[in-house]
This record gives sequence, structure tokens and C-alpha cells, in this order.
Amino acid sequence: MNKIPVIIQREYLSRVKKKSFIVMTILGPLLLAALMIVPVFIARMSDSVYDVAVVDDTRLFFPEFVDANNVRFTDLNVDVDLAIELMKDGKFDAVLHIPTTAFQAPSTLRIFTEKAVNLNAKLYVENILKNEFETMKLAHAGIDPEVLRATETKISIQAIRLLRDGHEQTDYPEVSMALGIFSGILIYFFVFLFGAQVMRGVMEEKTSRIVEIIVSSVKPFQLMMGKIIGIALVGLTQFGIWVILTFALVSGIRTAMPDTFRFVPQDQIYISSARSLNPAELQEHLQQVQQHNTAVGQVMEGLSAINFEVMILAFIFYFLAGYLLYAALFAAVGSAVDNEADTQQFMLPITIPMIFAIVMAQMVMHNPSGPVAFWLSMIPFTSPIIMMVRIPFGVPLTDLWISAALLIGGFLATTWLAARIYRTGILMYGKKPSYKELWKWIKYKD
Amino acid sequence: MNYILQAENVSKKYDKHQALTNVSVSVPEGSIFGLLGPNGAGKTTLIRIINQIIAPDQGSLFFNGEKLNKSHISLIGYLPEERGLYKKMKVGEQALYLAKLKDVKTQEAKKALKNWFEKFDLLPWWDRKVEELSKGMQQKVQFIVTVLHKPRLLIFDEPFSGFDPINVNLLRDEIINLKNQGTSVIFSTHNMSSVEELCDHIALINKSEKILDGDLEQIRKDHSTLIYSITLSGSNLSGRQLIDPVANLLNEDTNKEGHRVMRVRINKEYSANDLIKHLLPKVQLHGFHEELPGMNDIFIKTVTGKYPQDLTNAALKKHLQEEI
Repeated sequence: MNKIPVIIQREYLSRVKKKSFIVMTILGPLLLAALMIVPVFIARMSDSVYDVAVVDDTRLFFPEFVDANNVRFTDLNVDVDLAIELMKDGKFDAVLHIPTTAFQAPSTLRIFTEKAVNLNAKLYVENILKNEFETMKLAHAGIDPEVLRATETKISIQAIRLLRDGHEQTDYPEVSMALGIFSGILIYFFVFLFGAQVMRGVMEEKTSRIVEIIVSSVKPFQLMMGKIIGIALVGLTQFGIWVILTFALVSGIRTAMPDTFRFVPQDQIYISSARSLNPAELQEHLQQVQQHNTAVGQVMEGLSAINFEVMILAFIFYFLAGYLLYAALFAAVGSAVDNEADTQQFMLPITIPMIFAIVMAQMVMHNPSGPVAFWLSMIPFTSPIIMMVRIPFGVPLTDLWISAALLIGGFLATTWLAARIYRTGILMYGKKPSYKELWKWIKYKD
Repeated sequence: MNYILQAENVSKKYDKHQALTNVSVSVPEGSIFGLLGPNGAGKTTLIRIINQIIAPDQGSLFFNGEKLNKSHISLIGYLPEERGLYKKMKVGEQALYLAKLKDVKTQEAKKALKNWFEKFDLLPWWDRKVEELSKGMQQKVQFIVTVLHKPRLLIFDEPFSGFDPINVNLLRDEIINLKNQGTSVIFSTHNMSSVEELCDHIALINKSEKILDGDLEQIRKDHSTLIYSITLSGSNLSGRQLIDPVANLLNEDTNKEGHRVMRVRINKEYSANDLIKHLLPKVQLHGFHEELPGMNDIFIKTVTGKYPQDLTNAALKKHLQEEI
């Protein structure tokens, strides 16, 4: 009877049934959701209106101060000191003082508060004054603000790739970059998180001295593979639950409170405020909204340009094969040492290629078809990350096949190597072995 | 005789360290076989080879006449010297898992486990984690999972180390029980008194080589020191006068009944019969028996070439005894 399934079952169930697993799996998405929701709620809750008294000695600017969502302005044609007294009586939260010298020396502008100033209100005020001052200065210099606006140019060149079959394809490197780096980092975390679990599992069996009892019933290789596969399933379960729960939570909250999460661009706050806009301004806002819409459209189009079938298949493949490649090495490290502290020196050669891959991902993103990208996506130790970064940009199928074949070869090689260290290591107690000794273990017959 | 296990010319080398050199042992079916030897002699290596955890470089092994193979794994039960359990796993669950690895069906294993757990008063602990159990209880669980699948050959590597005296007794009784039911046992230990008590056959391994093996009683006879203990009465002659020249007197004492008890060593050219013939006309014999050397003495003699009482260097003697 093949006993690997029995081992997989134990490795899987003993982890999935753990309280820490259940807590992490359920709490993970909740925490993630909370991270997204709580700030919004807090922002909503602190929605109390911030009352700003404007003491405008110039009598020029007050009309420009338009009440916004949570800032309200009151024109106070009184002395600053009196305004401050009123503030101290609790009539206002802050007093904005625009002295007559403000235009020549903006540094003389003052905002007085009793408590720490509301930063949003301050920025809002600064923004208004900046615009007004600039407009005034332009007028002073005889430049029509409309002319200046007309000279503002936004350039975004559309990259069009001419495919061999004669079709054209618009590239959206920004979208590809985000997608590539995201999946690369995901693989990185998965490998480390669950590779370390394999290592700890092996060490647990060794230090609790149960391992010799087990290997008198099954081959060391079966025990090692059972553990690696069992933990892979734990990882996939956790990952799957996270994806589903996060999706359910976010969409649930969105339907429950549609208003809270509607995306409101900053400039629309102006529009929604009570102030009527002149035609030119309205025109400008519409333009901005349109620009925003085209950006969203570009992301959507960029996403649709990516071959998701290849992307998802490749992700699953590199995700698992990358894990298998490294998990075997983690198992070997766990078998060679007696305690967690001793793992450090053996961990280094395992972690370096992974960290290197993540660092190089930046470079690969900027030149996804260059020689560095090519070779790093071929070498099994870096290919799971680098190939995922490359795929959204489009990779020749031959590259993919070669890389996949090399990765499978690599994982077979590391598993073979690890199994040889493992079968000797698990029965060795006492001193920490040197690399030389590990090499001897590899060479032992059977 | 039918042998449950035979090893023929087994050798194993680790890098530069020779762990076993041409070791041959035969374990008769239904007996308790003692595998003795100082630390590092190669006992555990041999046991691991029998359990197919490692393979020999040379030599062959036979289980019940068949060449040792994977199908025999479920017929062997092994309690290693380095032993433990998953600390965070529940006792019953863990025992079931280990049984399944030995090819026992879940239902069967459950039934057998309940019986054993009842016998050892462990039933209330079925759903507790191993780390909540006392050391003694953990050892009982370990013993149970070793014998649960009704192996034909049981291998115990230092089974009594770490057990308290009550559990040692319990374990010893169970081992004898299993032997009476027809199970063969290989028993690796340093504890010579338990060897004398339990073993029918022994093999002694030293520095990777087997240096002695056979039936325990026979070995003790072969190592006879020709020392006899004689109980007698009815003579006023001194001890020396009585036995001269057949034997040398070692010491003399008087027992509760007032009989004289003499320990003598028979001189080379005489036999025990000669001594009896020599004594019979002069005294009334109440007892006459040979003092066979203990396994401890034989062990030390075979390994060092000298009996412990003959070792002149007291420190060396002490050292040896500590090691054993």
C-alpha cells in the first residue's frame, strides 16, 4: 500500500485543524477588509464640520472660500484679536488671518487654533489661496489664465506592438508591471511562508524523536514528500479561503453601503459644493473627469489585452513548482539541524536566490524581453518570480515551455538532493553538520 | 531450528567509519535474542538495517527464510532508542496514524488500541494531547504502537532506558507475554541483569564485529571459571585440608543452618567429579553447584579480555562498568 496519502492526510489535517490556522485564515481577510474599511469609517465619523473664521483684511479673497464637505467658512469683518477671542469662546475652530501684506508676502498668512489644526482644512485653504494668488499674478503680468491652461499638455504615447501574424496590439506596460510584480511577490511569500513550515515540520519530527518510528514503517522519501504535498495543500486551502472571503467581504460591504465606497475624485468635491461655476471652469472639470475616465478605460483595456488563460495557468504552475523546488531544500535544512537557531547558515543559500529574484524583478519590469529577464526566467531558482513578472508583457511560448521544463528538472534535482540529505539527517543528533558533511551524506549509498 | 531472522556477513561503512564488519546473527523463532555491545559498537546500525531504514553495503538478510523485503516491514515492530511522539497530536489519533502506517486497517486498529489502552489505563487520555501525558504514560503509548500490529518480530533498542521501575516491570511482563504467544524479540541493551533474566540467545558486538553469540546458558557454561560453591557438614578438618589438592579454597562461611559454605576453584588437572569423590568419604554434602559467571562479567571479559575482578586498574574497571 502506498502510504504517502496517509502522511499527506495527517500533515494536512493536523495543520488545518490548528486554532492558529483557523484564526489566521478567517482573520486574514477580516484584517485586510478592516484595513480598507476602518479608515473610511473613521474619516466619516470625524465628519464634524470645521468652522473657520476668515479675517480678510484685504477684503479680496473671502468670496473664493467656498464651503466644502467638512469645512465651513465665516466672514468676520473684525479685528483678529477679537476673532481669536470668539474662537476661544468656542464659536469657531480656527481663525484664518489674511493681512493686507499677504499678497506681497504670503508668509504673513496665519491660521490660529486652540487645538492642533485640521490638516485637511489647512491644505484646502492653502490650495484656494495659491490658485487665487497665481491668477492675480498672471493678471498682473498680463497673461490670460486661459492661455496658460491651453498650454498645459499631457503626453501618454500609445505603445503598439506589431505581432508576427500581422495584428496590432496596444501595450499597457503600467498594467502589466503591476500585475507581474503582484504575482511575483505572491509566489515569493507563498514559498517562504510554507517552505518554512516544511522546515519546522521536519525539525519537529526530529526533535520529538518520532522520526525513527515513522521511517521504520515508511521510506524517508515518502515521509518528506507527504509532508511537502500536505503543506502545499494547506497553503492552497488558506490562499483559496482568503481569496473567497476577501472577495465576499468587499462585495458584501459594497452592496450594504454603496455610498461609502463610491470613488469621488477630489475635483468633483468642488462641483458638488454649493458654488456655481463659470463655463470655463465647468469645461475644465469635465475635461478632468474625462481624463480620469480614459485612465480607467486604459486599465480596463490593458487588462483585457493580457492573455489571462496563460497568466492563470502559468501562475498556478510557477506557484506550485516554485514551492516544490524550495520546499525540498527547506526539508533538507530541517533534517540537518536540531534546533531553529542552527538553521540560519543553511537558510542563507536558499533565501539569496529568492531575494535576488525580487530585487531583479524591478529591472526585468523595465526591459521584459532583455537578456537579464530571459536568463533569470530560465534559471529554476529565479524563474518562478521572474517569469511571472514577464508574462503580462507577453512571452514567446517557446520561452515558457523551456522555462517550465527547466523548473520541473530543477525541482526533481533539488528533491533528489534533499532526499539524500534528509534520510541521513533525520537520524543524526548532536552537533550541527558542516557543508562538507552534508556533501558526504549526499554521496552515501542508500 | 527455524530462524525468524538471519543476517549473513552484513557490512556497513559510513564514510571512513566502519559500522559493521561481516556480522552474521541468527534469531531463533519464538525466542528473546539479546543484542549486546558497548556504545558505538554497531548495534543500532544493525537494527536499522533489519528495519530497512538503511541498507547494508554487503551481506544479505532473511526474514523467516525469505530475503528481507518491503513486505516484511509490517511484520516487524520497532521501538527505537531515540523515540518520541508528536507532542501536539492527540494520543488516540496519533496511535491510529502510526498503526495505519503499518498497514493496519482503521477499524481493526481502533479495536486493538481500545484493548491496549484499557489494559494500560490510558483510555481516559484518548483525546488528550501527548504533551499533557506524563513521561511514563507516553512510554506506554509508545510500547502499544510498537506491538499493535501484532508483529512476528519485535525489536527493542534499550527499551528500559527512561522507564521508571514500575513501568520496567510492566514492560518486562508484556515482553514475556508476547514471547509466550510466539513473538520473537530482539533486545538491544546494556543492562546485563535484564539480559540474564529475559534472553535465551545473545550476540555480542564490539567495534563493528560480532565477537560472541549463542545460547545464553551455553555461553555461561563455556565461560565457566571452575568456581564451585559447596555446602557441607560433619568434619572438623579445615577447609584447605578437606579439598587439597583437588581445589583451592577462595573463602569459607557458615550459613543459617550451621553448615559450612566454601567457595573453591578446582585446579586444572581435576574435574568437579574428582572433587565430589574426594569429599564424599570425609563429609556430608548438602549442596554442590557451579558458580557461573554473570553476563556482566562475560561481557567485560570478552570486550576487554579480562574479568572485572582481574582488572588491576581500579579506575579502568570503574570506567568500564560505567560505560556498560
